[in-house]
Amino acid sequence: MSKTITIDGKTIPFEDGQTIMDAAMAADVYIPHLCHQPEFTPHGSCKLCTVKVNGRNCSACTFPAMDGQDVLSETKELIDDRKKITQMLFVEGNHFCPSCEKTGNCQLQAVAYHLNMLDNHFPLFYPDRNVDASHAEVMIDHNRCIFCALCVRASQQTDGKNVFALSGRGIHKHLIVNAESGLLKDTDVDVNDQAVHICPTGAILVKRTGYQVPIGERIYDHQQIDQVALASEHPKHGK
Amino acid sequence: MRQFIQGIVENNHQATHLLQILRQIQSRFHYIPEEAIEQLSGLLNIPRTQIISVIEFYSFFHLTRRGRYELLISDSITDHMLGKKDLLGYLENKLAVAVGEVRSDGVVSLDNTSCTGMCDQGPAGLVNGYALTHLDHSSIDKIAALINQQKPLSEWPGELFQVDDNIHKSGLLLNQQLEQGAALKAVLMRGIKETLTEIDKSGLRGRGGAGFKTAMKWQFCSEEQQAERYVVCNADEGEPGTFKDRVLLNTYADQVFEGMTVCAAIIGAKQGFLYLRGEYLHLHDKLQNILEQRRRNGLLGTNILDAGWNFDIEICLGAGAYICGEESALIESLEGKAGIPRNRPPYPVTQGYLGKPTVVNNVETFLAAASIAVNGGDWFAHIGTEKSKGTKILSISGDCARPGIYEYPFGVTVQTILHDCGADDVLGVQVGGPSGSFISDQEFERKLAFEDLATGGSFIIFNTRRNILDMVHNFTHFFAHESCGFCTPCRVGTSLLQKQMDKIVEGHGSAGDVVALEELCQLVKNYSHCGLGQTAANPILTTLERYPDLYQSRLKEISYEPGFDLDGALETARRMANRDDAGAHLAQIEVNEHE
Repeated sequence: MSKTITIDGKTIPFEDGQTIMDAAMAADVYIPHLCHQPEFTPHGSCKLCTVKVNGRNCSACTFPAMDGQDVLSETKELIDDRKKITQMLFVEGNHFCPSCEKTGNCQLQAVAYHLNMLDNHFPLFYPDRNVDASHAEVMIDHNRCIFCALCVRASQQTDGKNVFALSGRGIHKHLIVNAESGLLKDTDVDVNDQAVHICPTGAILVKRTGYQVPIGERIYDHQQIDQVALASEHPKHGK
Repeated sequence: MRQFIQGIVENNHQATHLLQILRQIQSRFHYIPEEAIEQLSGLLNIPRTQIISVIEFYSFFHLTRRGRYELLISDSITDHMLGKKDLLGYLENKLAVAVGEVRSDGVVSLDNTSCTGMCDQGPAGLVNGYALTHLDHSSIDKIAALINQQKPLSEWPGELFQVDDNIHKSGLLLNQQLEQGAALKAVLMRGIKETLTEIDKSGLRGRGGAGFKTAMKWQFCSEEQQAERYVVCNADEGEPGTFKDRVLLNTYADQVFEGMTVCAAIIGAKQGFLYLRGEYLHLHDKLQNILEQRRRNGLLGTNILDAGWNFDIEICLGAGAYICGEESALIESLEGKAGIPRNRPPYPVTQGYLGKPTVVNNVETFLAAASIAVNGGDWFAHIGTEKSKGTKILSISGDCARPGIYEYPFGVTVQTILHDCGADDVLGVQVGGPSGSFISDQEFERKLAFEDLATGGSFIIFNTRRNILDMVHNFTHFFAHESCGFCTPCRVGTSLLQKQMDKIVEGHGSAGDVVALEELCQLVKNYSHCGLGQTAANPILTTLERYPDLYQSRLKEISYEPGFDLDGALETARRMANRDDAGAHLAQIEVNEHE
C-alpha cells in the first residue's frame, strides 16, 4: 500500500525521500515559496512554505513527508502570517515595483499578490545598498536581493561554478561574488549561466533585455503564481 | 605574510580548520588582509567567497584593520548594572578613541561585544581576546597607560586578567574530586553497555537547557550504521548571564574530558572536539596541557587503559557568535563555516560533523556523566524531582551580595536561591538568560526543574531600583545582533523588534504600537528556523505579560505615532537651503492649539 499524507484534509500519496513540498506539488497542491525550486537542494530560509505538521510549524520544502502526517496549509492563520513574512521581505530591501524591470515577472511581487498583500505593514528599513553594473551583460541590484540563495545553488549545482555566496550576519546579510575586486565583471559568470536567470526578484538582471516583453504581457499579468508554479515546477505538467 | 600563512596552513591543511587559521591571522595582523584570503583560497582549495562569508559572520574577524590592541567591552545587562556605560565613556576619553573606531595611530580600537561570561566579576572586557575583569576607573587608567606605552600583553600585570571561580555552593557534582581516569576504569570494570544503563538509570538530561535524555542520545548515535562517529562538547557558553562552563573547565576539566571519553567508548567514537567559545581564550593553554597530560597517562590517544579504545580530543575556538551554541550551527562552525543552523531532520546523532553521527552535549552533561560512571545511576537519581534528576549548576549574577556558582538539587525554589546569594529587595529574576523567562516577585515559590522553570543555568537578579524595560531593550538588541540572518522571520523580525522596542522605550510609542509589538513577537517566535529566533521575543513576551502597565506608561496619549522622525528627515533639506527658522521645522505630531 502506498504511503499518504493529508494536506488540508486532502489525501496525497508520496514516495520515500520526498518532502512535503514535493508531495504537494506532485499532487497539484500549491504551497507558497520563494527560496525553493525543485531542481536544487532545498534551503528552507524564506519560511513562506511553513505548514503545520501534526500541530507543529515546519518548512514544507525541507521537512520529509512521513506516513499519516496531518498537514495544514491554507488556514487563515498561516495565510496571514505568510503575508507578514512577505511584508518583511519587502521592508528590509528597497522594492519599488513600478520602476523595476522585473515587475510582472517577479515572484516576490506575485506571491505578494497571491497573499493579498496591500501594504508594507512594517516600517521600511531603506537600507543603503549598491548596484553592481560592472559586468558587460549581467547586473546585480542588491536593493532587491531576498537572500534565497537560488543563484548560489544554481551556480554550484548546475553551472559547476562558485560565482555567488551569501555573507554577513543578521540584517547585514548580503550577496557576494567570487572575485578579488568584489565585482561581477571579474568573476567567471556567463550570461547563459542558470544562476543568472534563476533570481525570483529583479536582483540579477540581463542587460539590454529590459522591456522586451511589454508590461501587461508578462508571466504574472494574467496568471496567479500558484498556477504558474504548478505548471512549470511540476515535471509531469512540463512534459 | 605569505610565509606566516604558509606556516599555519602546514599544520592545519584542512578547510575544517578555517576558523582556527583565521584566528591566528586576525591575532597577528588585527584583520584578515586581502592577500591572506587569496592565499588561503589556494592552499585550502575553497572559494574565496567561503572565506569572506566566515570572516563577515564572526564578530572577532575583520576585513578592515583593527587596533594593535583590540579592546572590547562586554555589553551584557549585568555589565550595565555594574556601571558599564560610564566606564565606556571614561575609556573613550582616556584612550582618545570612539566606540566602534580605530585610533588614528592604529594602536587601539574600542568596541562593544556580547556577554563575555564574566557576569559575576564585571564590568568585563577582552583585550586581543584575553578576558579582563573587574574594570573600574583605576584599572582603566592602568590599561590606557599600558596601551599608550605599547607594552606587550605578557608584560601587563596579572591582576587585570584575574578570573575567579567564585564557587559559593557545591553539591553532588562539585563536591566530587574524581581521580584522573576513575570514570574510565569504572567503565572498564562495569562494561560499556552496563555503563549506558547506569546513565539511563540516572535520568540525566542535557544541561544546555533543552533537556534531551543523555542516555537516549548516546544510544541513538551508537545504533547508527556508520564507521565514524564524533563526540562534541559544547563549551560555546554564550547565553548572557551564564558562566558555569568557564568554571567547570577551569577547575573540573579533567572530569569533563573524562565524560567525553566515556561517551566515546559507549558510542564508538575516535575523535572528539571541545568547542570553546572565543571569549574563553584564557583557558585554552591550560586545557591543552590537561589533554597532553591525559595522553601521557594513557587516558587519551591510542589504546586507552590498554582496553583497545582509541580516542582523542581537539580544542576548537569560536570567534564571537552566540548562534554557535545551537548544536547544528556549532557543527557547521567546527567544519570551518559560518554558524548557520541546519535543517532538521536529519539530527546530529544521525548526520552531524562531516555528515557522520555525532553526540553534542553541554560541558556540565559530560561532567555529570563522568561522575555517574563512577558512582552509578542511583547515586544521581535519588536527588532532584521526578522528571529532573540530580543537580543543576547555576551562574548567579546581578543584584546580590555573592554572585557566582551555586549547585542545587533540581526542584529548589527561587526564594531559596535568592536567600543564599544574599539578594534583597528583589523585583524579579531572569531565569535561563535572555532566551528564558522573566519571573516577578509574585513567583518566587516556583521551582527550577524541567517541569517548571527549565534553565541552562543563567540566573540574573534585578532589584526594585532597576528598570525592566532597560533589560528588555538590552536583550532585544542582543538577539538582533546575534541573529545569523538565514531565515526571514528572525533576520528581519529581530531587527523589527529592536526598532519597535526603541520606539516605545524612547517615548515615541502609541497604543497601537504595543499591539503591533506583541503580534510581531508571535510571528518571530512561531516561524523562526531555530531556537534563537524562537526565543528572541521571550524578553518582551514574558515582561509584557507581567507588567503591561510598564509598557503603557511609556506610550503617548495618541492613537498613532509615525515610525520615523519627521523633523530629523528634514535635516538634509535645511542644510541645503541654509535655513533653521521655525518654518523649516516640523512637529512630530500636529499640536492641537485648543488643548
